[in-house]
Amino acid sequence: MFARGIKRKCFDGEDEVDGSLAGFKAIPSYNLQRQSLLDMSLVKLQLCHMLVEPNLCRSVLIANTVRQIQEEMTQDGTWQIINAQSTGQTSLDRLVSTDILCRSSKEQGEGKFISGYSSFSTDFEETRSQDISELSTVTSVQTSRNMQNLWEMGSPQDNKGNFQKSLDQIFETLENKNPNSVEDLFSDVDTSYYDLDTVLTGMMGNTKMGHCEVLENFSSQATTNSSSNCKTELNEIDHIVEILVES
Amino acid sequence: MKCFSRYLPYIFRPTNTILSSSCHTEADIISTVEFNPTGELLATGDKGGRVVIFQREQESKNQPHRRGEYNVYSTFQSHEPEFDYLKSLEIEEKINKIRWIPQQNAAYFLLSTNDKTVKLWKVSERDKRPEGYNLKDEDGRLRDPCTITTLRVPAFRPMDLMVEATPRRVFSNAHTYHINSISVNSDYETYMSADDLRINLWNLEITNRSFNIVDIKPANMEELTEVITAAEFHPHHCNTFVYSSSKGTIRLCDMRSSALCDQHAKFFEEPEDPSNRSFFSEIISSISDVKFSHSGKYIMTRDYLTIKVWDLNMENRPVETYQVHDYLRSKLCSLYENDCIFDKFECVWNGSDSVIMTGSYNNFFRMFDRNTKRDVTLEASRENSKPRAILKPRKVCVGGKRRKDEISVDSLDFSKKILHTAWHPSENIITVAATNNLYIFQDKVN
Repeated sequence: MFARGIKRKCFDGEDEVDGSLAGFKAIPSYNLQRQSLLDMSLVKLQLCHMLVEPNLCRSVLIANTVRQIQEEMTQDGTWQIINAQSTGQTSLDRLVSTDILCRSSKEQGEGKFISGYSSFSTDFEETRSQDISELSTVTSVQTSRNMQNLWEMGSPQDNKGNFQKSLDQIFETLENKNPNSVEDLFSDVDTSYYDLDTVLTGMMGNTKMGHCEVLENFSSQATTNSSSNCKTELNEIDHIVEILVES
Repeated sequence: MKCFSRYLPYIFRPTNTILSSSCHTEADIISTVEFNPTGELLATGDKGGRVVIFQREQESKNQPHRRGEYNVYSTFQSHEPEFDYLKSLEIEEKINKIRWIPQQNAAYFLLSTNDKTVKLWKVSERDKRPEGYNLKDEDGRLRDPCTITTLRVPAFRPMDLMVEATPRRVFSNAHTYHINSISVNSDYETYMSADDLRINLWNLEITNRSFNIVDIKPANMEELTEVITAAEFHPHHCNTFVYSSSKGTIRLCDMRSSALCDQHAKFFEEPEDPSNRSFFSEIISSISDVKFSHSGKYIMTRDYLTIKVWDLNMENRPVETYQVHDYLRSKLCSLYENDCIFDKFECVWNGSDSVIMTGSYNNFFRMFDRNTKRDVTLEASRENSKPRAILKPRKVCVGGKRRKDEISVDSLDFSKKILHTAWHPSENIITVAATNNLYIFQDKVN
C-alpha cells in the first residue's frame, strides 16, 4: 500500500474518497509517506557516515533521495511549517541535522505526522511536545548508555545551538575516514542497520514493525477518521502516540 | 575448506551441476563467476578471498553426455584480509571480480580483485618434476656433505598432474575507493580497474605505475552526487571503453582524444518517463552492470528493474528494454527499507549476442531472446535440478488469481538472489551463482 502510494500518481487513484475530503486526506498521507521515507533515509545516512568506509554508491543514492525530498518539501512549503514548529531555527540544513538526524526516526515520524494536524488544536501541540521530549530523553539515555562513543560525532545531548552537523557535512564525512571505534560496532551496514534502528527508535518491544508498516497504520488511521470530528481524531492520534511511547 | 558435492550437469533442456559447499558460511558466498575465453575453464571468487577454477570434462566417446561437466581444477587463496593502518581500516578479502587474460601459452592467467588490490595469477600444470639433485634429497632437505660421493645429473621424471597457482603481479595502492570492475584490454597488454570515483589504466607487467584515465571526484565531496558503478573495454577497439554511473547514464570514452578521459566521446541516457516518477527513480535507474556485446556493436546495462540494450550509434535511448521483475515496482519502499534496492545484479550475453541473461530474487534468473522477444524465468534450486532434468519455466503472478505453479510476489524470498551469472563464450552453457551454490546448466544434448 505504502510502496505504491509513494507515487503521487497512484495516490490519486488510491484515495478514492468523496469530494470534500479528498484533498484533505490525500495530502497528509502523501506527506506522511514522504516523511517516513525521509526519516528512513536519514537513519541510513547517519549509519553510512558512522562507517569508516561506507558503500559510496549506496550513500550517494540515499543522499540524493534526501536532497530530492528536501527540495520537494521546500517547494510545497512543508519545510517551513516544520521549521516554524520546531526549535525556531531557520536554516534548512541545520534543521535536517539537529531535528531529524539526531532524533530517532519514529519519533520524528510522529512529530511530523502530528504537525499536519497541529492547526486543529494547540492543546494537542503541547501534548505532542511533551511526548516527544519524554521520548527524546528516553532515547538519549539509552543511546548514551549503549553506545557512548558512537555519538561522538553527533550526540543528541549536545547543545543544539552548537550543533552544526549539516547534511552537507555528512556528505563530507563520506570522505573523511574517521578512525573511530565505531567500525567494531558496525562492520556491516546491512545487519547493523536494524540493530541501531532498534536503539535509535527506542521501540525495543516493537522492532519487527518497519517504517512502512508504522506508516500504513498511520495512514489507515488517518483515512478512517473524518475531518469533521477533530476531537476524536486527535484522541486517536494521541492514543497512537501513547502506544508508540509505551512500546 | 570447501567440500564440493556434485550432481550430474545438464540448461533450457538443461543440465545442471550444483557445486556447493555443504558447510555454508559467509566466506563461502560466491561473489563472482567468469568463463575463460575458450570456455574450458570457469573461475569463481568468494567472500573468503578464494578462487576456485573448474575445468570442463574432455569429450569421451563412450560417455558423450558427460561433456559439459565441470570439475574442480584448482583452488587457491587469492586475497587475505588486510588492515590499513593509516586509515585504521579493514580491507575485506572478498573477490569482487575475476577476468581471464586470453591464453598465450600453456599457462592460464587471470586477474582477481578485492576492494583495493588487483592480482595477476598464473595457473599452470606440472606433470614432471626434477629429480636427482646433488645437494638435496628427494624431499628437498639438504644432504649431509659426507654422504655425497658421486656427482649426478638431475633429470625430469613424470609425476601426477599438479595444478599450481602463483601470484605473478600485485597491483596495489592505486585505489582510494572500492574497486567495482576490472577489464582486460583487447591489446592484451593493458587492463583497467574502476572504483567509485576513478578509473586507472595498468600495464599487465608493471605494478608500480598506473595511469588515471577517469576521475569524477569533485574537489568538494559535498558536491558528490554520482559514482562510477561499472566499466569495460571495447572487445575489439583498444582505445575505447565505457563506464556506467549511479545516475543511470553510460559514457563512452576514447583514449586517443586525451590521456585523461574526463570528457566523454558519447553519452547514453534515456529521458525519464514522467509517469513512472517516484522518489526511488534515481536509485532504480542506477546501473549495476555494463557489458559490451561480443560484436562490439551494442552495450547492455542492468539497472534495478530492467536490462537495456544500447546501440553504440544511438545515444538518446536504448534500442531494447527488457523488464526483469517489474512486479517489484510496487515493493520499492520495502526493498529500500531492507536495502535490497541496492543489490548489484550483473548481466551477460550469450556467445552470439542473441540472448541475454540476468538474475533476480528467489533464486530466479531470466533470459531474453532478442530476436523472438521471448523470455523465460528459470529457477536455480536443488529440488528442481535433478540431473539432466529440464528446468521448468517459473512464473510470478501479479495480483489477481494465482494459478497452479505460479508464485505470488509476496512469497518471493529476497534473501535468495542471483547476482552473478556467466555464459560460455561459444556454447549454451550457463552458470549461475546462488549464494554458496554454483549451478551449471547446459542446453539439451542431442
